[in-house]
Amino acid sequence: MSDGRSDPLRISFTLNGEPTTVEVSPSERLLDLLRYRLGLTGTKEGCAEGECGACTVYLDGLPVDSCLVPAYQVRGRLVETIESLDPKGMAHYHARGTTQCGACTPGVVMTAEWIVRHPDRLETHTVRELMAGNLCRCTGYDGIIEGVEGALGDREAG
Amino acid sequence: MLRREGLSKLTGQERYVDDLPLEDFLWGATVRSPAPRGRISNIVFGDGVDWSEFVIVDHTDIPGRNAVYLMEYDQPALAPGYVRHVHEPVLLLAHPSREVARRALREVQVIVDVDPPALDFRSLPSPDLIQYGEDNVLKRLSIQKGDVERALAESPIVVEGVYETGAQEHVYLETQGMLAYLDDDVLVIKGSMQCPYYVVKALKPALNRSEEEIRVIQTPTGGGFGGKEEFPSMVALHAGLLALKSRVPVKLIYDRTEDMVATTKRHPSQIRHRTGVDENGHLIAQEIEVVMDGGAYVTLTPVVLSRAIIHAAGLYHCDNVRILGRAMFTNSVPYGAFRGFGNPQAHFAVERHMDVIADRLRMDPVELRRINMIRDGQTTATGQVIGDGVDRLQIVDRALALSNYERRRREHWLRNSEHRYLRRGIGMSAFYHGAGFTGSGEVMLDSRLHVEGHPDGKVQVLCASTEMGQGQITIFIQLAADRLGYDPAEISIAEPDTHRVPDSGPTVGSRTAMVVGRLVERACDDLCRQAGAARGAPVKDAIIAWHSAHPGERLLGKARYEPPPGIEWDEENYLGDAYGAFGWAAHVAEVEVDLRTYGVRVLDFVSVQDVGTVLNETLARGQVQGGVAQGISWALLEECVWKDGAMQNGQLTNYIIPTSGDLPPIRVEFVEFPYEHGAQGAKGVGELPLVGAAPAVLNAVAAATGRQPTEIPLTPERLMALLGNGDR
Repeated sequence: MSDGRSDPLRISFTLNGEPTTVEVSPSERLLDLLRYRLGLTGTKEGCAEGECGACTVYLDGLPVDSCLVPAYQVRGRLVETIESLDPKGMAHYHARGTTQCGACTPGVVMTAEWIVRHPDRLETHTVRELMAGNLCRCTGYDGIIEGVEGALGDREAG
Repeated sequence: MLRREGLSKLTGQERYVDDLPLEDFLWGATVRSPAPRGRISNIVFGDGVDWSEFVIVDHTDIPGRNAVYLMEYDQPALAPGYVRHVHEPVLLLAHPSREVARRALREVQVIVDVDPPALDFRSLPSPDLIQYGEDNVLKRLSIQKGDVERALAESPIVVEGVYETGAQEHVYLETQGMLAYLDDDVLVIKGSMQCPYYVVKALKPALNRSEEEIRVIQTPTGGGFGGKEEFPSMVALHAGLLALKSRVPVKLIYDRTEDMVATTKRHPSQIRHRTGVDENGHLIAQEIEVVMDGGAYVTLTPVVLSRAIIHAAGLYHCDNVRILGRAMFTNSVPYGAFRGFGNPQAHFAVERHMDVIADRLRMDPVELRRINMIRDGQTTATGQVIGDGVDRLQIVDRALALSNYERRRREHWLRNSEHRYLRRGIGMSAFYHGAGFTGSGEVMLDSRLHVEGHPDGKVQVLCASTEMGQGQITIFIQLAADRLGYDPAEISIAEPDTHRVPDSGPTVGSRTAMVVGRLVERACDDLCRQAGAARGAPVKDAIIAWHSAHPGERLLGKARYEPPPGIEWDEENYLGDAYGAFGWAAHVAEVEVDLRTYGVRVLDFVSVQDVGTVLNETLARGQVQGGVAQGISWALLEECVWKDGAMQNGQLTNYIIPTSGDLPPIRVEFVEFPYEHGAQGAKGVGELPLVGAAPAVLNAVAAATGRQPTEIPLTPERLMALLGNGDR
């Protein structure tokens, strides 16, 4: 007999611009919903406790760790994943060595692109500080920071 | 050339093992020992899950030999009644739901009658702790040159030091993971790994299967650093056992904590130096003892110890050297391959010790290095004559110039005398790393590689080398394109699949660009020969023409490893040419120590590296920066906390790796001295940068504080103990 705590919930939200309706269990993480049920495997699990940022997605336009977000909490909200970004915007990251093994990369790119879209944050923080929520074990971070600076330069120029 | 798979990774399209679409499969889970040593007296299954829904595998389900074979058969795939380390695998479970499988792990209780564990590798064990041979020594090795006893006795000054390094977890961002399924009678293994043929080698005896009945395919691998050299064989074997028993696909993906507490790490070490010098700082004798913690099974420990002792004397010339190495069995999770493979420990000790000697002689540490640095025509500890034409002093001078070493030292001296609690210092290290396998290792590997010309003129490289972020795919395409005069867009690298590609050896030991890259070039030459391409004429036309004349046939250019001439290595006595080529480098680190918090911040880092010809500047620079970052972090941050043989901090919240905010920009410059037997003159680049990072950082801390730290990680707690209270 159900005690009601594990009954599935039916939720609707906007995923990468598309209206989406799914049933989720109360304990289901947004990360698992995206990866295992909606086929959006670009979002990675790195640590499952909000430390590494590999699972970064935008929730109502803000970068969040999708491993820490219960799926039901996205009801009625906007979720954007790495799959929503335009591949044409990746040139600087590609050229500067932002990615090596690629496991942290989608999360890194999500944060990086958020900085590029919100350059006002650079009035109070450096790129190095703003990227500190995404762990990378390959690059030593210089390739990441230079990629972001390259992308910011384009934005200023364009 | 840009990284071939770069866009795929940047856009999240790259499919790692846990990203592969899969239906009707089971999630695997591993039940592990709670105790470091003892007999399993009972296994209790709780009633929180319905066990009839599970596939359960224990050691009796292993069709062949219960071992994860690489060098020895000592490590069981599943404990057969007795455990030798905490987290040793005991049972395997599989269930359609990942959550239920995980919940089941908490429902199984492995009861162990605990025997006293051997947990301290530094001291020789009491009789009740002996579990390997007569004395728990997994491996002893030694190097002798000249007469150390006499030379030490005659030395006017003898400087001693003991240096210790801790375990280090790889923290590749993609955890260990494997998928196993049956394709007719063939067991297919797909997953994250560096060495597909090592997995085949381990599975054959354990599963009683031939190479034809085992097919191993590497999926895109999210970082390795050595952690995916030997350990994936264990994961693959477990996934395979579950798939064979359940007859459905099984996915076995470690979560972060399991990955951190249960997989291999860098060997902890304790290294003693006794060095005889004259008043001017010339080395007269080096007596070195290297002791390593090997953990509960042999894995690759003998080879790690070997590399450590070969490099233990540093890049200096000394006529009298004795190096004794031993690796100890302990009831710890086995230590294994990690970038640098014993050499970072060796260089932490010797490069820290050089500064200690300089301090004792009241001499400039740079000058001490300069006068002792090995010159062409002189010999290493194994008697290898160095004659590669590399200007090692130029490398050091370049690093000093780029870092403004002299000016910074003066500035720090002034600043430190004035500031209440901040102390700055600058330190350096000079170091080297043998590229490729040691001694006759490359000959034993007998690596092979094919380059195939297709009917449309496109070319594919078939090899077992793997991409794990270091850039192997891009480098091999570049090498083939240059060799054949091709557009890189018309060249691809075959998926590493042991039923399709030849064994090009493991992707380890800084050997891929240098050794296997050379095979790419030679296989390209063979392809041209076979296609009948005339010198200077387009190879593509010749390949297309060959296929018109040979419809339905395959055009394969082949290459097999051939040792460079004149390499002689005596494995018995550890004498001779340990490596065909060495990479040489110098690091300079500038740090700030906060005497209130005992925190150390790295302000600047300069790395000058000779890795032979730089094949791809962006990729090579990324290797150096990433290696330096791992070395800085090993020096200051990364500490495995142990209790009764179990790692207590298996989370990224309490095992700290650096964020971008914790590291300075890492400034890299290459000085190129091509190696004639490496691809386009390349030597290894993967490991070298990590090797000298920790001593450079600690030498800077020594300069800042006037004390000599000897142990890493130099956490604030350790630094506080070193500085005491009187230093404020």
